[in-house]
Amino acid sequence: MSLLNWIDDRFPLTKVWQEHMAQYYAPKNFNIWYYFGSLALVMLVLQIVTGIVLTMHYKPDADLAFASVEYIMRDVPAGWFIRYLHGVGSSMFFLMVYLHMFRAMLYGSHRNPRELIWLLGMVIYVALMAEAFFGYLLPWGNMSYWGAQVIVSLFGAIPWIGEPLAEWIRGDFVISDATLNRFFAFHVILLPLLLALLVYLHIVALHKVGSNNPDGIEIKKNKDKDGIPVDGIPFHPYYTVKDTFGVAVFMTVFLGIVFFVPELGGWFLEKDNFAPADILQTPPEIVPLWYLTPYYSILRAVTFEWLPGGAKLWGVIAMGAAIVMFFFLPWLDRAKVRSIRYRGWMYKTMLMLFAVNFVMLGYLGTVNPGHVNLIWFKNVTWAQIGLVIYFAFFFLMPIYTKLDRNKPEPDRVR
Amino acid sequence: MADNINNGRRRLLTTVTTSVGLVGAGALAVPLVASMKPSARARAAGAPVEVDITDLAPGQMKVVEWRGKPVWILRRDETMLLELASIVGDLSDPDSAVVEQQPVYARNAHRSIRPDVLVVLGVCTHLGCAPSKNFDKGVASGLGDDWVGGFFCPCHGSKFDLSGRVYKNVPAPTNLEVPPHTYVSDNRIVIGIDQEETAA
Repeated sequence: MSLLNWIDDRFPLTKVWQEHMAQYYAPKNFNIWYYFGSLALVMLVLQIVTGIVLTMHYKPDADLAFASVEYIMRDVPAGWFIRYLHGVGSSMFFLMVYLHMFRAMLYGSHRNPRELIWLLGMVIYVALMAEAFFGYLLPWGNMSYWGAQVIVSLFGAIPWIGEPLAEWIRGDFVISDATLNRFFAFHVILLPLLLALLVYLHIVALHKVGSNNPDGIEIKKNKDKDGIPVDGIPFHPYYTVKDTFGVAVFMTVFLGIVFFVPELGGWFLEKDNFAPADILQTPPEIVPLWYLTPYYSILRAVTFEWLPGGAKLWGVIAMGAAIVMFFFLPWLDRAKVRSIRYRGWMYKTMLMLFAVNFVMLGYLGTVNPGHVNLIWFKNVTWAQIGLVIYFAFFFLMPIYTKLDRNKPEPDRVR
Repeated sequence: MADNINNGRRRLLTTVTTSVGLVGAGALAVPLVASMKPSARARAAGAPVEVDITDLAPGQMKVVEWRGKPVWILRRDETMLLELASIVGDLSDPDSAVVEQQPVYARNAHRSIRPDVLVVLGVCTHLGCAPSKNFDKGVASGLGDDWVGGFFCPCHGSKFDLSGRVYKNVPAPTNLEVPPHTYVSDNRIVIGIDQEETAA
């Protein structure tokens, strides 16, 4: 062990290992919901690794980009596999992140003293949306092009500075080669660096206060004579092994999609993106991928022209506000207990309603607002109902979490 | 030595050093931010485009590219022009009150220099999609039996008439934009240059 001693004299290797792995005590009652954080991390690493390989063959040039993606699919050895891993991977990454966020809302993991973990997590979520948006332009398909056109136009709705800002983002008067080139820079350099830093900070903040658990009670209140929480177990080997099992199950599902249904019927790869970008021809329906559609639905739901400044501006504001609301969650929740297990019927009802509503908005964002795809009303009307439920969940939270009849929390985890 | 410390002087030096550093960082940001603006090449690509409309028959439309955007040139026939007045009640800005959407010389009933020839950007004023033309009338158009022909944006359902004027109760806030353009001869249009004041 002399090499280890030599390193330890110069770098806190053993110390870090002990503090964050072998002697980091996590609650012993983690359930299935606690897989998604580590799975999100696995996805980040996988996206970076596959992304590096794709960068070796991809050309960020409006004349060459589309063909270079086809080259990857047909001519690069295993190129199809690596590209599908990356494309399906982005959807799976978001799926893991959404489940990870829902876990926090179930068990109150965002509550005092873990607000900063939540805030950092939300910044990661926003950065991830930007990363996905920039990446989606790169294949230079027709949906790439028009999707970027619509989203960058949103900035144009900002009074006064809107148009110059949109021009500055595009580097041109329309989405063009200049835009593609800079989105490539953002996608492969700026946001991956930012995400890596943010994930590091997220974990540093987590290890400072320790994990929450499905009972929402502090395991640090009950320590044995050595100062170790009686309901805690060392992260390594217990949770490293558990998470490895989770990765194996996840990979089965993930690779099943990659091998057999990589487009997942248009949900993971849209069919309009198999045609190259055409500045004169809009796809019949411009929709982002599923992980952004709840917000897209909210944007399209605001059609009230009587609003001062116009419906377009307020649509953009509503969409921005829908994301910003999440940041305030730790302070909107006034309940004395954290976990759903000890909450009354009100929070349980509202959270379930919110989740169903979020999925509904997501679906509505993929269909024509003027059609009827659900029952009774047009899609846009359902989206407006969804918008009201969405904001009611947040704005009424201080009231219903306070009125709710909660059950007493136990002293020890179950 | 400890007695000789001049704290005021230290504070001043720290403040000055920090300020100079911040100014330097700010100065560095200027070229970095500026480099992302449209380049000289992108601006040069915005040069005017000349179009010959001799072969454009009444009722026909051609699409040309200017600054990477589609420009529609539509030559309206007699019935099309007559119907422009009949649908005024369904439009949100029939008199082109929003001044940014057209040059002064196109701020008239037909939104054009020559009454029959419409020149507009084929870019939806909602979120920049490309609307498609639908010149069928009534039920055949699929847009209701009172449709007299115009443009329909498939993205979010905005509707425009044959002068690029926006209908009421659609997401698009304003009429389609008329780009600066001028006639160098009867049938030659230059897009990107304004009509001279006297000619208007």
